[in-house]
Amino acid sequence: MTNTKSSSDMQTGYAARRKAINTLVYVILAIMVVIWIFPIVWLVIQSLRGEPGISTSYFFPKQWTFDNYIRLFVEYDDQGNALAWSEMRFPFAQWFINTLVIAIFSCIISTLFILMVSYALSRLRFKSRKTFLNLGLILGMFPGFMSMAATYNIMEILGLKQQLFALVIVYSAGAGLGYQVSKGFFDTIPRSLDEAAKIDGATRNQIFWQIILPLSKPIIVYTALTTFIGPWTDYIFVSYFMKDNQMNYTVACGLYSMLGNQTISDYFTTFCAGAVLIAIPITILFVIMQRYYVAGVTGGAVKG
Amino acid sequence: MDYLDYVQMTKGQRAAYKIKSFFTGIPGAIGNLFRIIAYYIKKFFVFVGTGIKNYAQRFAQGDIGTKLSFIIMGAGNVFHKQIGKGIIFLATEIAYFYFMAVFGMNYLSKLYSVGVQLDDAGTMADGVIGSQRAITTTNLLGVPTISNRDTLDNSNQVLLYSVLTMIITIAFFAVYIANTKSAFATQQTIKAGKKPIGFIAEMKTFLDERFHVTLLTLPVLLLMLFTVLPIIFTIFMAFTNYDKEHQPPGSLYRWVGFQNFADIFYSNPMKSETFGKILVWTLVWAVFATFTNYIFGIILALLINKKGIKAKGFWRTMFVVTAAVPQFVTLLLMRLLLGTNTGINGMLGTSFPFLDDFMWARVVVIIVNMWVGIPYTMLISSGLLMNIPEDLYESARIDGANAFQQFTKITFPYIFFVTTPYLITTFVGNINNFNVIFFLTGGGPSPSNYYQAGQTDLLVTWLYKLTVNSSDFNLASVIGILVFIICALGSLITFNMSKASKNEEEFS
Repeated sequence: MTNTKSSSDMQTGYAARRKAINTLVYVILAIMVVIWIFPIVWLVIQSLRGEPGISTSYFFPKQWTFDNYIRLFVEYDDQGNALAWSEMRFPFAQWFINTLVIAIFSCIISTLFILMVSYALSRLRFKSRKTFLNLGLILGMFPGFMSMAATYNIMEILGLKQQLFALVIVYSAGAGLGYQVSKGFFDTIPRSLDEAAKIDGATRNQIFWQIILPLSKPIIVYTALTTFIGPWTDYIFVSYFMKDNQMNYTVACGLYSMLGNQTISDYFTTFCAGAVLIAIPITILFVIMQRYYVAGVTGGAVKG
Repeated sequence: MDYLDYVQMTKGQRAAYKIKSFFTGIPGAIGNLFRIIAYYIKKFFVFVGTGIKNYAQRFAQGDIGTKLSFIIMGAGNVFHKQIGKGIIFLATEIAYFYFMAVFGMNYLSKLYSVGVQLDDAGTMADGVIGSQRAITTTNLLGVPTISNRDTLDNSNQVLLYSVLTMIITIAFFAVYIANTKSAFATQQTIKAGKKPIGFIAEMKTFLDERFHVTLLTLPVLLLMLFTVLPIIFTIFMAFTNYDKEHQPPGSLYRWVGFQNFADIFYSNPMKSETFGKILVWTLVWAVFATFTNYIFGIILALLINKKGIKAKGFWRTMFVVTAAVPQFVTLLLMRLLLGTNTGINGMLGTSFPFLDDFMWARVVVIIVNMWVGIPYTMLISSGLLMNIPEDLYESARIDGANAFQQFTKITFPYIFFVTTPYLITTFVGNINNFNVIFFLTGGGPSPSNYYQAGQTDLLVTWLYKLTVNSSDFNLASVIGILVFIICALGSLITFNMSKASKNEEEFS
């Protein structure tokens, strides 16, 4: 039956079919991208909308403006004087600084802790190592904010009630448990390196600082980025720890508070503007670290 | 059944066999679980037993210095001329007993009744806190005792400091055992005719042989203080009546045994019904959320990585961008986009109850969760897809396998095999998925027959609401414990089963 068709016919038939399938894939991908990007585009458009209110009956605003962005930083009283941050209804700039400070501190402390713990559990052999690994696994299975009320009590006793420093402690004190990803990375560095250094008379301390850490730039970057991003996106702890102390909110909690029943219709577009400002840097950071993210999550699985 | 039997079966029989072996595997997995638990219990007792034996042996064979160090810590080291180490041990002992005398014992002694409680009449009569008076206390057994106290305790402080004291006591015990070991080891060294290690040389081992101690001390210490201590404290709360009517310092709480667990399981109809419904929904949600994301994420990755598709980087980046935007932003946005009068409904002039009707709300949260999660799965499986050896596909093509067969026989088994651990963590993560539910629906819609919860609430968002909105700390910690048990059991069993199914891999 196929003898009647020349081979070039078959080839063009195959190519046509292939082209049709590829076109179908393009169409599916395009539709999916539209679905996925639509809310993001809507966010940006809403942040530039001049008309107030929660939503409009049309997609593109009638009035384009940057006022929503300006309003995040400056607010005027009835006389037209600029208000101090502490007098603003929503002191976004203050939240931004709070979050930045918390993020920097917890990034430094957490990264250090995570690298220390994962190095010890990955490359050093000691008696209670297995116990540590198992305990880490068990502790990790408690819901993260289950003991929030207890932690709050501890902070109260330490005199850190509603203080920013309490959040630094919360974000970084538990860092020792986040060792899995970087441990997976350390596991892949050949042990012969350590052996060679040991023969040359290096202590384990020197091996850690001078041999392993310089080789671990990707995982250091990954750890630092994730711990830096954490405070920008956490809502739970901030909302419980700061209660109504608005000046000590971070951006996530602050922006959420804008959508309260009383303020949502006045401040929805402002919320969008703030969300865009936060989302841009975080998106850039995430896109940078995506390859580390993949390597981290799949761990040693990709090795083979 | 061996391999020969298996290949002789028809397709239907094979499927039946697989399904049967899956379900017959469950009891085995659970049995395995108990075996593991029993193994660890046994190991623990062996550990304690050998510990006691060695302890007695050290005492029996020790010289005067070693024997003395069983009472006065560090004596053995000083006796064997390790002055620095001996002084550190001695200082630890003095510090511990000082701590216990002025602080620890005080709180431990009050733990029995979680702080001294004025009877209601007493508190209301003068409302004074902190003056010396005769106070009637009832302990767990309901026996009243009268004592003179000068402060009305705060249950929170009593419980917290007691747990702290317990942790410090355990740590001290470890140091104490290390002290007897050290004394005995030095004695042996001297007996063997060697010189015991000097203080400075010993300190240097913390940078080399014992570098793990140096690395782990600070992180573990902080973990103890700010993670372990609160978790133990919270677990204790589950056995108290720490709810909105018992808020210290105004009103203290006390032990109630397993009352809260009973409430949640059967004795309080409203709470137990809420719990039952939320538990079922949590499990349904976790299954759907995990597998929809997983399957569609892999399909998306396949589409993007298909041969002949151009601009792969562009497509990938478009999806990664949506994953990168903080979840609270996208989810709050979705909430307004899908509101009954706002967003899409506003633009179209309709009022479709995406989030206000409970069946729709449940479907919508799963769909929105796909929007949130699929890019992540795509990102992860993209990397894995490139790792599948190309010759597998080639030989499959030669054998005449079509694209669908290639997917079900090569791609999916390979990815499934590699990502089983990831699947387990995602499942546990979805049971704990706070963001999607809280920001999108806030747990709503909330009918009045739910206790402090709504129809899309998961156990964790209920926990959050019980803590933040209604101050039912005891119930919240019961929920926390149950979530922990579900997650731990779930991952242990699936881990066991995937281990078992790996042996079966040879069949298919």
